[in-house]
Amino acid sequence: MTTKTTNAGAPQTRDERPLGPQQRTRVTDALRIRSWRSAAIVVPFIVLFVVLSVTSGPFLTTSNLLNIADQQSAVLIIAVASTLVLIAGGIDLSVGATYALSAVVSAQVAVSHGVALGIVTGMALGIVAGLINGIVTTFFRVNSLIATLATALIFSGIAAKLSNGNLIVLTNQPAYAKIAQTQFIGVRMSIWLTLAVIIVLGLLLSRTTNGRYIYAAGGNAQAARLAGVRINFVVILAFTINGAAAALGGIIDTSRVLSAQSSSGGNTLTFLVLTGIVVGGTSILGGAGAIWRTVIGVLFIALVGNGFDLLGLDPLYEQITLGLILLVAVGTDAWSRLRHT
Amino acid sequence: MDGQGTSAAAAGSAPAAESYVDLVAVDKSFGGVRALSGVNLSITRGSVHALVGENGAGKSTLSRVIAGLIMPDAGEVRINGTPAILHSPRDALARGIASIAQELELVPSLTVAENVFLGSEPRRGGFIRRRALRARFNALVAEAGFDLKADAVVSTLRTADRQKVEILRALSRRASLIIMDEPTAALSGPDVQRLHEVVHILARRGRTVLFVSHFLKEVLTLADTVTILRDGHLVRTGPAAAETESSLIEGMLGRTLGSVFPAKPDAPSGSPPVLEVSGLRAPGVNGVDLTVHAGEIVGLAGLVGAGRSEIAHAILGAARATAGTVAVRGERLYGRSPTVALRRGVALVPESRKEQGLFPDRSVTQNATLASLKAFSVGTWIRRAVERRAAADVLTAVTVRATRNSVPVSALSGGNQQKVLFARALLCRPCVLIADEPTRGVDVGSRRAIYDLLVEQAGRGVAVLVISSDIEEVLGLAHRVVVIRSGRVAAELNGSDMTNQAVLTAAFAEQAGPEHPEAEKTPL
Repeated sequence: MTTKTTNAGAPQTRDERPLGPQQRTRVTDALRIRSWRSAAIVVPFIVLFVVLSVTSGPFLTTSNLLNIADQQSAVLIIAVASTLVLIAGGIDLSVGATYALSAVVSAQVAVSHGVALGIVTGMALGIVAGLINGIVTTFFRVNSLIATLATALIFSGIAAKLSNGNLIVLTNQPAYAKIAQTQFIGVRMSIWLTLAVIIVLGLLLSRTTNGRYIYAAGGNAQAARLAGVRINFVVILAFTINGAAAALGGIIDTSRVLSAQSSSGGNTLTFLVLTGIVVGGTSILGGAGAIWRTVIGVLFIALVGNGFDLLGLDPLYEQITLGLILLVAVGTDAWSRLRHT
Repeated sequence: MDGQGTSAAAAGSAPAAESYVDLVAVDKSFGGVRALSGVNLSITRGSVHALVGENGAGKSTLSRVIAGLIMPDAGEVRINGTPAILHSPRDALARGIASIAQELELVPSLTVAENVFLGSEPRRGGFIRRRALRARFNALVAEAGFDLKADAVVSTLRTADRQKVEILRALSRRASLIIMDEPTAALSGPDVQRLHEVVHILARRGRTVLFVSHFLKEVLTLADTVTILRDGHLVRTGPAAAETESSLIEGMLGRTLGSVFPAKPDAPSGSPPVLEVSGLRAPGVNGVDLTVHAGEIVGLAGLVGAGRSEIAHAILGAARATAGTVAVRGERLYGRSPTVALRRGVALVPESRKEQGLFPDRSVTQNATLASLKAFSVGTWIRRAVERRAAADVLTAVTVRATRNSVPVSALSGGNQQKVLFARALLCRPCVLIADEPTRGVDVGSRRAIYDLLVEQAGRGVAVLVISSDIEEVLGLAHRVVVIRSGRVAAELNGSDMTNQAVLTAAFAEQAGPEHPEAEKTPL
């Protein structure tokens, strides 16, 4: 991942800028393209929201919207954290496996040793998994795509082995349900936790030195290094946060349904997460993107799914629709970069 | 002198100057800004034609129009007198026009011959006919008049030779007009000479060369005809013989430029050494001793590939030193990473803005403050108001011209981008400032501002190390010049010893015969 240095932007013609009054117009022009790019995901999101509100009666109800948020909490948390990894110039394909491993182990430990220890073990596993990913991609210089593909296989293998592929039911530990299902001001804890993660990681990325360094590492690794950024630290940090987020997602979902299984999550979750991030407009090339984009991207996909349900459309077309949305999103990104040139 | 855009201005000796490419009233805008307006230009067949102008004057745009990379908004391109519409480089190539990109587009892992014929290999049933490929290469080289080893892998070649590969590739596609955008910007000394030689050969064999350059001396020695552009307008086209460096500058700026270099402050005597390097060894660095005192500007001269940037990187800890020591203000720097060096006050303005310096999508402010964020933060929390103010101050001090500091840095001109990197270094309050090729690809106006900056920093007691391939620049700025050759100090020149001649002699010493390009390849 360290090889991804520069983005496609700023080609040679950009250097050819007049210094005179003309510069102003060019700069505003650049800004216009940027804000247009920023708006890219927001507009379809709003359109879809309005369309669903009009066409489907039950859509615009508090219970439906809260339900969507509750169902999406794990995906949102993981996607938001994965955004850090993508901006740092990496990719994490192991989130689905980490999610399943943490969920299974957390549930097993909860069954035998109580809920508190279950949660702690699950979180710790996620953090360790993230650390491993981070260390392998930095110190061992393995491309993160390959490294996390490998660790994904390993993690899900361990999860399957530990649980023998069985569904672990937490009926003897109803307290586990409290993590996600407790209501606070009419809203479930799962949603509050998601909100907290979004805010914390959003601030981390936009307002802290490490957030800046994450952009720098992914935007131009060589330049970041020469500017004194400890790239390895930053990348490991992003992967570790992501591991922890995957574990939290696994624990929340376990709490929502009071059971865990090693086959849940997996690649489907990983791809859902990546789809959300990319649809939101964070570049897979690293160095650019934002947390709010991912939130909107994930919710957009959730709305599509919800719309299929509410409007009674054939769910077979849902996947095709998602695929098309992803292509359009990536295509738009590539096209706007081209325009940038 | 001839009037604007007439073709009769070509090399005096050319009989019946025949126009190859004509531009008639060409306009081109980018997002509402005129990059070219009403440009009339004739390029004579068989001539060497130079385009000069400040950054943003429209040189690259003009050459890209001719190369078919962009289409003009209005006006006409005529080739051999007939109007032509060039939709793509392919269209241009079909009419014999090829351009050598500033960033060379070669496949590094393939050989010279394979690169030259990439996409047009002689083949039979999907297999490449190696012997035919070789034969065609030899024929091409003989025709071109300069030599290259067919089997050399491109990644092992130096930049000048890679450019030759590109030129050969163009020739293999029957190009008769070759466009070069700043071909020598990334070259030094002998490589520049070699490229000049290639241009002469091309011209002698009836090919036309259009090149863009910031180096006025080069323009004057190489070109038959010079076109000056300013703010998208053509100032004048005329024979190079009728121009001088100052007439070109005057044309480019629309005014005369003061002295290129600021007055050199006296070399500080008896000031303490700030940077002490002894016996430094690292990849490409073979035992270097170097001392820079407070307030002193030391120039590191030498050829590209001589190990100058490698020395800078080893001092900074970006490249691992295998032996030797670096001390800053008398304290040894156990240079393991740039982070440590930076904390101790060693700041680098890197060689390549694009690859080693800038984050194009990030704002000017964020680009400037990246290395010194800790100074504006409480713990890890950035105090953005403080950051903005500090950035604004230093950006003003280094005379960056941006409408707002929140625009992406890629929206600035090359010169201003370079100043942003200086701002980044200065915000670290360095005691050692290393500037690697500080004015590469920077227009004449900004160049002076950067020189002023370096001198000012020295005046404040900073130890300044300037690495440059431009000998004039090194001599004009530095109190002392250290010439590097093959990763070693070849000579140290002081006072009246600091001459062009002396620097060149030291830089080339072991490589008296520049006939064989391969002979002086330095291991990297």
